[in-house]
Amino acid sequence: MLDSNKDSLKLEAMKRIVAMIARGKNASDLFPAVVKNVACKNIEVKKLVYVYLVRYAEEQQDLALLSISTFQRGLKDPNQLIRASALRVLSSIRVTIIVPIMMLAIKEAASDMSPYVRKTAAHAIPKLYSLDPEQKDQLIEVIEKLLADKTTLVAGSVVMAFEEVCPERIELIHKNYRKLCNLLIDVEEWGQVVIINMLTRYARTQFLNPNMNESLLEEGNDKAFYGSDDDEDEEEDEKDKKAEAPAMAKRKPYVMDPDHRLLLRNTKPLLQSRNAAVVMAVAQLYFHLAPKAEVGVIAKALVRLLRSHSEVQYVVLQNVATMTIKRRGMFEPYLKSFYIRSTDPTQIKVLKLEVLTNLANETNISTILREFQTYIKSMDKDFVAATIQAIGRCATNIGEVRDTCLNGLVQLLSNRDELVVAESVVVIKKLLQMQPEKHSDIIKHMAKLTDNIQVPMARASILWLIGEYCEHVPKIAPDVLRKMAKSFTNEEDIVKLQIINLAAKLYLTNSKQTKLLTQYVLNLAKYDQNYDIRDRARFIRQLIVPTEKSGALSKYAKKLFLALKPAPILESPFKDRDHFQLGSLSHLLNAKAGGYQELPDWPEAAPDPSVRNVEVPEWTKCSSREKRKEKKVEKPFYSDSEGESGPTESADSESDSASGLESGSGIEESGSGSESEESEEGSESEEEEEEEEKDKKKKKKELKKPVQESESEQSSEEEVRKHERKNKQRKSDSESESDEEDDSESESSRSESEDSESETEVKKKKKAAESKPPSKPVKKEKKEMSLLDLDDFEPAPSPQVTPVNTFLSSSLVTDLEGLSLSDTVLSPATTSPCSALKSYELLHRITGEGLCVEYCFSRQPFSPDGNMVAVQMQVTNNSTSDTKNLHMEDVKLQSGMRVKEFPEIELLPAGESATAVMGIDFCDSTQAANFQLCTHTRKFFVSIQPPVGELMRPVFLTENEFKKEQGQLMGMNEITEKLTLDAKCRNEHAIVQSVITAANLSRVPCGSDRECSPPVPPPALPVHRFAGRTVTSGSLVLATVASKEEGAAQLTVNCEKMVIGTMLVKDILLALTQ
Amino acid sequence: MIHSLFLINHSGDIFLEKHWKSVISRSVCDYFFEAKDKAVDPENVPPVLQTPHHYLISIYRDKLFFLSVIQTEVPPLFVIEFLHRVADTIQDYFGECSESLIKDNVVTVYELLEEMLDNGFPLATESNVLKEMIRPPTILRSVVNTLIGGSNVGDTLPTGQLSSVPWRRVGVKYTNNEAYFDVIEEIDAILDKSGTTVFAEIQGVIEACVRLTGMPDLTLSFMNPRLLDDVSFHPCVRFKRWESEQALSFIPPDGNFTLMNYHVSSQNLVTIPVYVKQNISFFETEPCGRLDITIGPKQTMGKTVEALMVTIHMPKSVVSANLTPTQGSYTYDLATKVLVWDIGKLNPQKLPNLRGSLSLQAGAPKPEDNPSLNIDLKIQQVAISGLKVSRLEMFGEKYKPFKGVKYVTKAGKFQVRT
Repeated sequence: MLDSNKDSLKLEAMKRIVAMIARGKNASDLFPAVVKNVACKNIEVKKLVYVYLVRYAEEQQDLALLSISTFQRGLKDPNQLIRASALRVLSSIRVTIIVPIMMLAIKEAASDMSPYVRKTAAHAIPKLYSLDPEQKDQLIEVIEKLLADKTTLVAGSVVMAFEEVCPERIELIHKNYRKLCNLLIDVEEWGQVVIINMLTRYARTQFLNPNMNESLLEEGNDKAFYGSDDDEDEEEDEKDKKAEAPAMAKRKPYVMDPDHRLLLRNTKPLLQSRNAAVVMAVAQLYFHLAPKAEVGVIAKALVRLLRSHSEVQYVVLQNVATMTIKRRGMFEPYLKSFYIRSTDPTQIKVLKLEVLTNLANETNISTILREFQTYIKSMDKDFVAATIQAIGRCATNIGEVRDTCLNGLVQLLSNRDELVVAESVVVIKKLLQMQPEKHSDIIKHMAKLTDNIQVPMARASILWLIGEYCEHVPKIAPDVLRKMAKSFTNEEDIVKLQIINLAAKLYLTNSKQTKLLTQYVLNLAKYDQNYDIRDRARFIRQLIVPTEKSGALSKYAKKLFLALKPAPILESPFKDRDHFQLGSLSHLLNAKAGGYQELPDWPEAAPDPSVRNVEVPEWTKCSSREKRKEKKVEKPFYSDSEGESGPTESADSESDSASGLESGSGIEESGSGSESEESEEGSESEEEEEEEEKDKKKKKKELKKPVQESESEQSSEEEVRKHERKNKQRKSDSESESDEEDDSESESSRSESEDSESETEVKKKKKAAESKPPSKPVKKEKKEMSLLDLDDFEPAPSPQVTPVNTFLSSSLVTDLEGLSLSDTVLSPATTSPCSALKSYELLHRITGEGLCVEYCFSRQPFSPDGNMVAVQMQVTNNSTSDTKNLHMEDVKLQSGMRVKEFPEIELLPAGESATAVMGIDFCDSTQAANFQLCTHTRKFFVSIQPPVGELMRPVFLTENEFKKEQGQLMGMNEITEKLTLDAKCRNEHAIVQSVITAANLSRVPCGSDRECSPPVPPPALPVHRFAGRTVTSGSLVLATVASKEEGAAQLTVNCEKMVIGTMLVKDILLALTQ
Repeated sequence: MIHSLFLINHSGDIFLEKHWKSVISRSVCDYFFEAKDKAVDPENVPPVLQTPHHYLISIYRDKLFFLSVIQTEVPPLFVIEFLHRVADTIQDYFGECSESLIKDNVVTVYELLEEMLDNGFPLATESNVLKEMIRPPTILRSVVNTLIGGSNVGDTLPTGQLSSVPWRRVGVKYTNNEAYFDVIEEIDAILDKSGTTVFAEIQGVIEACVRLTGMPDLTLSFMNPRLLDDVSFHPCVRFKRWESEQALSFIPPDGNFTLMNYHVSSQNLVTIPVYVKQNISFFETEPCGRLDITIGPKQTMGKTVEALMVTIHMPKSVVSANLTPTQGSYTYDLATKVLVWDIGKLNPQKLPNLRGSLSLQAGAPKPEDNPSLNIDLKIQQVAISGLKVSRLEMFGEKYKPFKGVKYVTKAGKFQVRT
């Protein structure tokens, strides 16, 4: 049929042949007929021919060569699928002669347009390598090239090839490390597994141990762990350890490498993958690489996998068992998830039991033992045996329950099932060894059991116990020996050996009763079939039976036999498994599998992190911190003005998806992904900032401010300034090392930008910018800038002058003119600004019979008493007659409040007004102060109630101080409210003004927050901070307004006094939303 | 990585083999058969076996063993997960994963395996991509193919393979645009003799059936996402959006898929819908025992409990059971010693009861342990955790899809110890 002209017939024939192959039947004699059809037009026939070829080419190399030219033609096909499949088949036919052709094809395909073909090329690399390992060097070149590929499709496959061909060439990863980390989430799941495993190894060689500080505490533990890591150079390792210990102490403040953090952060979402292998890979990565405090996140995901197929459970439980030995706390909350169901397969049951045992501690042991009790009744006897073992282990590990366990086990001795009894005996034996004195009755009980128990191991255990502790049971022991002697010939070998032991021990302690018995046993043993037993008998006879030529040894016989034996330690079979990389086959089998790559030890000192630098400005990690900071400043700057600034990593993924877009896929997804990545980056930089020292901070602020400024300026100006900035940056760059690199980078980033601004224009502007004197002293510049930037909010140097002072409009000033005259307490200069503030009515014109009193909170320190709030009153006489002797009387206050009365106003002529200042100590509460206002004729009851915002005075804090204080006022002391800003007050100025009007706070100068906001226009969404102290008690009041897009904002108030905090939030909210 | 794959049926015949690298003799399976014989139950065969030259990793599904041969270090879960994916794909293609179906479609299966792995490394495992390369057999297509000589194999590269959404193919068209979501929750519980809960948790899964034209972008939000303690998603779900808004945003694959799995935080008390009163005892003297089981509703949120079923794995010595159910019917399988009592709907007025005697093998000792009861049930229209979908929005396409959400509660591993 294959020779037929009809495709359908050919297809039918091929299908039958392939079906034969599938069933494992030999179809190799059809080879010539099949190979002819390799050039068949029908794609399905072709595919099946490929299948056939791949299967049999190895056997018929000569004939297979006939087909090669077809594949070579296929490699040039315009259809990428055909190109790829040609390469696939070509590389899959294992014929050594075509190695050069394969090599050529791979090289060509590695630079193919289609990522799919490139992926296939990556797949072909290990194939060729296994065919001809001598091509390694050339293949590594191809791998290197493909590693630099930016598509997610290729990443997984090439890393796979890397792992198979040259896992030791870790340096190839350096340049691609960050890219791989960032692409990871978009790589297909199988690739993710491979990449994560590789990165785990990579990180182990490149970063410092995040737990090194803690590990000092449990050095002993860790040493064992590390020591076993490398079997070959263990000694050397040990030495290293010793050298490392002091080094660790020196390096106490550990700072995680940002790249290390990047890896941890980018892998974390993958814990939510549906693919168990990915979850496991991330889990092992966290287990091996994360700081102790963060490892916990994997527990939940691993417990989730326990719901999956039983094979998955099996593997996961093995790994969990290993983890629970090292980090028990991690899985403790999930204890109940490891409870066993009667329907679980035995192997799962046993593993769950293992985990439960590992998790047992003083607090949960009672629940665990109760569970174990139900398990013992199970029908699955292997499982019951394992449970008994587990109980034994719990008993050894937790002293409190030892007696309970022992009693429980003794009860099991009366179980009908022999296996159970036997297992209990073995475990009891081990337990008794720890404290034999107390339990002679148990030993007696067990001695009785010898009549019934048939399981050799158990019999042997009992005999050993009796022999060992024959002094505790002097009467029974000889009797047991008698019985045993009777049945000696029918016993199993291990039992026989123990009988001999028992006899020997008894002979030594109680030779009177047992001499004959011992002789008898030894005689029986002498003619046993087993040479071990014969040997033992001979040996013991020589040792214990005194003869004339008995050597020196017999004197020590008693010592030899009845020496105290250390109790065995019951430990988990998973104890030492963690030197294998978790999740690996080797770990599962507890034996090194072929091709297993050892997980390297942490390096003592971090290798140079700069090797991971890629030639892109944003992500470059600089050797000097200062330079890095400048870069950070630069970053939002560029991304603001030029949509696609440099080729950042996130831009990588963008361009990546763009290539995927050829086929019309969703931009949105990858776009949003990269965006949030970036913002995350920002938050990271914020973290770093906090660590930085103050002086550096200041410097940064200097750099920061111009940026702020440029934002407030119009865009045209911004351009100019940008170059100005660049100049400045260049200047500082010249101090640091890699000036040139940086320079070229910024050049390149510009050239790549798709902004309309043309190259020439840029140059012109640059020149213009350069003409500005670059030698301008930085300090001076700062002052100028800040004046521009913060215009009227520049914080006052001392708290004496409130920020309010500065923003007086001219109209207000005129209003003020008449007021500040008769004030006797305060100097006119300081009182002047008060009417910027809201004034309240104390006494209405009508009720006051022409006398009108208004008051306001002047926000001045009340100089006679610092704890008082100054209240400034304006008294106007609207009546026709003069008012005399205006004064206060009969002040009624809440406890603790005090008032400093204003001096009596002796005469207020009609139509005139006067000002008086009084001080009230409100005791940090909004309780009203009631008093009578008396004139020479009348008395008016009035009261002054302060808004909460007036109960504080501004203090000046730097941003750092602010953050520090804020950090201490978290939790209950923090009140957060979301709000939508009124359309009128969205700009910075309006926000600040509203807040300051509502509360007597001072603004905290800030700048760096702009960095953490995402670099999308509007460029920066500032955070405003305000600080003050309550007047009486001096508690800090911190307010933060963080504005977001479209008028949304968040208000946070931190105050020790929660009442004040709550009220303040309300007031500011009101002021901002109006 | 994965070297070869053997499909083995229940009785130990190899009926399909596929090698991705050089051929490995099927005699390697002998090690597996040895282990299989040792294990009483096929479930008890260890998934990973070590032989002198190879490692065998196997899964047991639908009465078939998928046995893969490995030569070098590879994460075992990687292989296990892949084998399950193979089984899923076969199921997806032919409706079920059984020996006879695989034998009937051996060429298609073989082609699939060829596409799924290249040199032992997974190449295309998304069923959407595969379906474009190798079309699943339908009666219609086979008729058309014989008439006009068409082919089951696609000749262009599936678009999904290259795009950033490999799970969806381009150019999907439907006349009826619909999206259905099934919220299925399973109660895993262990109750002890007295009926107190030893352990209980709720696992949920959202199965979706989306037939929408074009490239729709869906957002599914919940009324009470806080309930969800631990989640895992189909790769299409944008994790960032979930973290920030607790809403599922995704471009769905075409057809049926599992959107997410979740676990309801254990702080919330799990409501157990039924209670079980049971009394199983075996007599010391005579070779027989007594069984009496009653099931009643506990907290069913006003819905009826359906498809109620009790399964008991009896001790080996139980020879026969002579029981009378007040409702439903029971069967006792002598070979596997499994007693199944199929009850059906639970009527709160008249509680179902099963009682009678069990006879034991003469001379066999009394079983020490009473068998535990496995309970199966189903409650329609309610998710026992209280999870509710609040809305489904669609972006990216203009038409109005038909949307539907269904809730079902089932018993998962629901066990009553006796």
